[in-house]
Amino acid sequence: MTTPEDFVAAEAALLDAGRFDDWLALFTEDGHYWVPLQGAAQADPFSHNSIAYEDRLLLALRIERLKNPRAHSQHPASHCQHVLQRSRVERDDDGSGEVLLHTPFIYVESRGEQQHLLAGSYRHLLARTASGWAIRQKRVDLLNAGQALPAIQLFI
Amino acid sequence: MTYRDRPEAIAALVQDDRVHRDLYLSEELFALEQERFFARTWLYVGHASQVPNAGDFWSLELAGRPVMMVRQADGAVRVFYNRCAHKGSRLVSDECGNTGKFFRCPYHAWTYKLDGAPLAIPLKSGYEGTRLKECASGQGLTELKHTAVYRDFVFVRLADEGPGFEEFFGEVLGAIDNMVDRSPEGRLTVGGGVLRNIIHCNWKMYLENINDTVHPMSTHESATQAADALWQGRAPDAPKPMAMEQILPFGSGYDFFDKMGGRVFANGHSVLGVNFSIHSNYAQLPDYEQAMRDAHGAERAIEILQRSPQNSVFFPSLSVKGSPQAIRVIRPLAANRTLIEAWSFRAAGAPELLFERAMGYNRLVFSPMSVVAHDDVHLFESMQQGLRAEGNEWVSLHRNFDPSELQQSTITTNGTNELLMRNQFRAWAKYMAAAA
Repeated sequence: MTTPEDFVAAEAALLDAGRFDDWLALFTEDGHYWVPLQGAAQADPFSHNSIAYEDRLLLALRIERLKNPRAHSQHPASHCQHVLQRSRVERDDDGSGEVLLHTPFIYVESRGEQQHLLAGSYRHLLARTASGWAIRQKRVDLLNAGQALPAIQLFI
Repeated sequence: MTYRDRPEAIAALVQDDRVHRDLYLSEELFALEQERFFARTWLYVGHASQVPNAGDFWSLELAGRPVMMVRQADGAVRVFYNRCAHKGSRLVSDECGNTGKFFRCPYHAWTYKLDGAPLAIPLKSGYEGTRLKECASGQGLTELKHTAVYRDFVFVRLADEGPGFEEFFGEVLGAIDNMVDRSPEGRLTVGGGVLRNIIHCNWKMYLENINDTVHPMSTHESATQAADALWQGRAPDAPKPMAMEQILPFGSGYDFFDKMGGRVFANGHSVLGVNFSIHSNYAQLPDYEQAMRDAHGAERAIEILQRSPQNSVFFPSLSVKGSPQAIRVIRPLAANRTLIEAWSFRAAGAPELLFERAMGYNRLVFSPMSVVAHDDVHLFESMQQGLRAEGNEWVSLHRNFDPSELQQSTITTNGTNELLMRNQFRAWAKYMAAAA
């Protein structure tokens, strides 16, 4: 079994390679991708709105759309680069088999002449499964979550 | 200067059935809009629930001017320029907060009461015998005198000249009534924060698109096809997750959007979806409907709940939905740059699910990460680029043009009639004309 730290690095590499179906397969059935509107200060996804709070169905919708030649905003296509700091294990629970990792990052998304830079930190809640680690929740705490943002088309 | 002293040149930009590209591209026209158009029309400032307690402030830029909404000791909401009377520093630089019983400028400690009146100035004796008291600098904060609070929605008119509040908005105010009356207690509060987007396009493109019923089929094809594909094979009556309930209607055909109907009012305002809309078929909530009947009576409750237009435009700064309880605020920043805010509301006495619908819809459709908005934003920015082409300087608004529409102010029509956009531009021309 790979270490949780290596799993997080490999997850980002899948996104950078545009392998979105493989990326989605990393999530548990009840897994979520969450970008809180208050960044690290936000308590939960229900009492306050989020930039994104998506289950597998909505993530699949996003990925299916990207494959459609009539996804107009993908002409030209977007590309991304995740630059991660070393992950730190914040919690390792033998009982539940879950581990929580904290990973500061810089995210660059480029499309045509435009390039946007986002910074923040991830909190990956990973579950131990028979086939390896799986993502129960990927939380993306942006430094400037509450500010006006341009369109972010891929996965931070 | 092409336009400043040439009212006839501005008037010529808006023809009966088309508009000139300079409305979107010209920096000079944008400067004149800031000076004239946005000053003489009524702009949305914010909701009174953003400043619930005495001393609460909310600061923002309105047509390039720094302003702040302030809750008074007596409960009223007043709007001031966020500018120290002394040398012009902003009094508050946080977006929101509570100032206590008075404002204190961080620079030289001039202080002001919540109502803007001057409180104290250091080295007071140094002003004896000077003209300070007679000029604006000695008279405290400058209030925006033309402020209207309509059912907790706060609007201002920056200029002294211009129409009165009720005269300007007229019947479209019914859309705010509908939104507020959906609370059995008749009260809304903002909640869940505000989603903010920067779009590199002229503000009119965004506002026109709010009334554009012909774009979803082609613009949003990728998102609706993906949603359809994922939902395929489910029974038609299978309960839908909220996101599916909200996104699938975007794939409706031209006929649906045409039959939903639209209505225009004087001064650029409109209601799209007077008959029904993509919001009409959200799941019923029996307990809530009972609470509405108890509050309003059966007949009025049905009238309120059956009305769920797609968008009601309070030209030129606000678009309202009754259900879901969400608004969009349009803040022009430059000829080619616009800030869009999406706010969600909680209706007092209504189930939490209504609030979840508002937040969910805003997240799904108006977030910077929205799969629906990406294609809209791309096309707005694409028009901003494409309009620089030569050979055709005009934007077509011909669909269903009828010369008789020029003689009427309130018209109810088919949902795909571009009258809803032509009507906005006629108001634009009216308020861009040089001052009388």
